[in-house]
Amino acid sequence: MIERGHHDMGGLPAGKVRRTEHAYDDWELRVDAMMMLLIGVVGDSKRMTVDELRKNVEALAPADYDKMGYYDRWVISLTQTMIQRGVITSDDLARKLAQVQRRGLSPISRRQRTKGR
Amino acid sequence: MTLEKLGTVPLYGVGARVRVRRAAPLGHIRTPFYIRGHAGVVERICGAFPNPEELAQQRDGLPAQPLYRVRFRQKDVWPGYRGGASDVIELEIFQHWIE
Repeated sequence: MIERGHHDMGGLPAGKVRRTEHAYDDWELRVDAMMMLLIGVVGDSKRMTVDELRKNVEALAPADYDKMGYYDRWVISLTQTMIQRGVITSDDLARKLAQVQRRGLSPISRRQRTKGR
Repeated sequence: MTLEKLGTVPLYGVGARVRVRRAAPLGHIRTPFYIRGHAGVVERICGAFPNPEELAQQRDGLPAQPLYRVRFRQKDVWPGYRGGASDVIELEIFQHWIE
């Protein structure tokens, strides 16, 4: 029996919380925008619910969950959701990723790579 | 979403003493682990909303569940709590998680 999900960490010991604002990378802003469109906060099409986003974030392997940032989790989760809903297939995704890889880094990702994270 | 529109009648009123169910089902659960089994007082009724446990699974989540803001005493929730005795924590809990 799973008593407590890995993500359900309220009350567990943790380090200090950094309370300062930080800038977002371009890709993070894109993921945020994509999510707003998919859940229909912006625009007319409602392709998923925020609850599905949460479900698929919670389904991440604990080790992955811990090393990922907020928008890393989102992009994985919303992609899983699009596969579950049949908007895209795993095969579509694999082919597209291979295509992007062949093309090389986009100007945006090149900029971010040099900026470092 | 208003209660009137959905026709959902809340079982508990403001001020009612309620206890959160102690359960650990699979699926997408919005009731944090740390509050399960604890008792508090209904501070307000927030409305009624489609059940997120169902929305997460591509179903409509209807009938909507009343959502309560429940006030708990911190010292009841955390063993060895060192803050003030009157400190509280409020959580929003769906009706089906209340007994």
